[in-house]
Amino acid sequence: MNIVVLAKQVPDPEALVEISAGGKKLEIEQKFATNLFDEFAIEEALRIREKHAGKVKVITLGGGKATEVIRTGIAMGADEALLLEDEAFLDGDGYATALALSRAAAKEPFDIILCGRQAIDHDRGEVGQMVAQFLGLPHVGNVVKLDIADGKAVAESAIEGGKEIVEVQLPAVFTAQKGLNEPRVPQIMGVMKAMKVQIPKATLGDLGLSPEEAGLKGSKVRIEKYLSPKKRPPMQLITGEPMQAAAEAIRILIDVERVI
Amino acid sequence: MDKIDAVIVGGGLAGLSAAYKLADAGKQVILLERGDAPGSKNVTGGRIYVDPIREYLPEIINEAPFERHVVKEMITILDDDSSMQLEYGNNKWRKEPYMSYTILRARFDNWFSEKLMEKGVFVIPKKKVDDLLWEDGRIAGIKAGGEEIGAHIVIAADGALSFMAEKAGIRKPLEPQNYALAIKEIYKLDENTIEERFGLEPGEGAANLFAGSITKGMFGGGFLYTNRDTLSLGLVVGIDALIRQETPLEAYRLMEEFSARPEIKRWIRGAEQKEYSAHIISEGGIHGMPKVYTGGMLLAGDAAGFALNLGLTVRGMEFAVASGVLAAETANEALDKGDTSEAFLSIYEKKLKESFVLPDMETFRHSKEVLENKRLFTVYPKFLCELLDVLFTIGKGPKEPLYKSAMTVAKRYVLNWDGFKDIMSMRKM
Repeated sequence: MNIVVLAKQVPDPEALVEISAGGKKLEIEQKFATNLFDEFAIEEALRIREKHAGKVKVITLGGGKATEVIRTGIAMGADEALLLEDEAFLDGDGYATALALSRAAAKEPFDIILCGRQAIDHDRGEVGQMVAQFLGLPHVGNVVKLDIADGKAVAESAIEGGKEIVEVQLPAVFTAQKGLNEPRVPQIMGVMKAMKVQIPKATLGDLGLSPEEAGLKGSKVRIEKYLSPKKRPPMQLITGEPMQAAAEAIRILIDVERVI
Repeated sequence: MDKIDAVIVGGGLAGLSAAYKLADAGKQVILLERGDAPGSKNVTGGRIYVDPIREYLPEIINEAPFERHVVKEMITILDDDSSMQLEYGNNKWRKEPYMSYTILRARFDNWFSEKLMEKGVFVIPKKKVDDLLWEDGRIAGIKAGGEEIGAHIVIAADGALSFMAEKAGIRKPLEPQNYALAIKEIYKLDENTIEERFGLEPGEGAANLFAGSITKGMFGGGFLYTNRDTLSLGLVVGIDALIRQETPLEAYRLMEEFSARPEIKRWIRGAEQKEYSAHIISEGGIHGMPKVYTGGMLLAGDAAGFALNLGLTVRGMEFAVASGVLAAETANEALDKGDTSEAFLSIYEKKLKESFVLPDMETFRHSKEVLENKRLFTVYPKFLCELLDVLFTIGKGPKEPLYKSAMTVAKRYVLNWDGFKDIMSMRKM
């Protein structure tokens, strides 16, 4: 069973993000973390391998700190990795990213592609589906349970107010939702292995792509402008005895804010 | 099982320094840190004296991302409604090499750990070490999260409450009088405002210590340090004193009252509070020290009780760096000899005696009993404030001669048998 995990390093939820260049760019503090949903995908891949044997390969696209997600994957127990690193990949949208990732995944035969349901940076939730599309494969989204047997998968997806159980022929693409599993904490020996490992890289040419098909040039969607969320109104501190303060808080909620 | 040369428990200054030196000597080192990254869990007042440690880690000290070099020392003595402030500056502090810097450990430790990784040290955060491994009555590695990592030597640099020292059976039982509680807040304020407000040139810093009624007669005091674009404000109170309060006041309330004082408000006005943290600090001096080595293990930094409170200066980081480096030297020699027995590791203590670490701890062995004198936090601040009060106040009726007024105040507070005893006790420091 060959399992490919598509994973991404995202800004740490605590990183400071500022809009710059008149709304065209984001300045992000250099603090990164593995995308939470991708951790579920890595964990699930490892569990499938533990049950059915085979190998797990983690693929990511990006430069600099992007390699950290691969090291995390290897520390957790992934067997192989591939880093798509090329200036030409920069500033691509979901479409361009999915195209590159699908080419990278298809370099070797595989049975399962797993990835997170969305990256928690842009929250678009589109790359997994597009990878399936590029490869002509079925896609099952929001997976919270995955059983593999006889070349088929039975997956449970979270849907509004309930669950949906589907059966699908492999190979297929699955996007992981919270609840799928509890990602393991890498072991010390795993981390040491991950720190030492040489990560194989692929460039545009290795994937058989032209510069027009990648990065900003290959993107269908352009970012027009970033806008800051509305600032929260200033905090109001109500002083005094707890009873009176609570009564005052209720008064404000009813008379001033009119929320109850 | 294949053994690693050295496992270092704790990514504070002692652990980082030890790892750096061992990696320098070509040894294979794993450093395990409980927090998200080195520097994320520790709480430091915020000032480091670099002269004592420059020779131990020249590359690190000379390149480190410190905050500001301190050129201005301020002391504020507070009574309930009054205070006096003393400011001392010296132009020699404005010249390189600078004597001391303010420091933010989250930034510094993280930078330091990057240097370690460049040297091939395995810095592994988010790992809590649960236990030690033993072999023939000697420590032979650690257990973390069900994983066993064998090591020829373990350096425990896991802070003031060192669980490694406890597991190894070399730490004395914890006694409240050997520890203090430190609370610290960080306020964001832009660089120019800090420089203008404190009267500093770009890059320069100030250190302000506070003593008196803010600790309600308890052993302790406050501190304020200027960082690049933040202020570190904090309070230290002896745990023993906190327990023995007549009308118990929660420590956080002390901090709230402290930061609400006008003497503090003037500095933090308009600043946004960014962080709040608290930690235990060792104050036991040489009496609180455990045995610092045993077969297969060395203790460094706070874990070894290397911290000294001299009232005006509170030192821990220099001891952490020096002891970390000396522990690494000892470990390196032991690894080369293939002898990590308790007998061989005793050279660590010898090295500590030849450095400034143990001599300083020895010289100031009585500082704690001197500083524990309650009168230092009650009578003397009151005396100074009232003395200035009678000298400066002009009331309705005829004013008494200044000397007479001053003597009245002095007799009330300090010109008595207790005052004489206090002066005698100061000789111990």
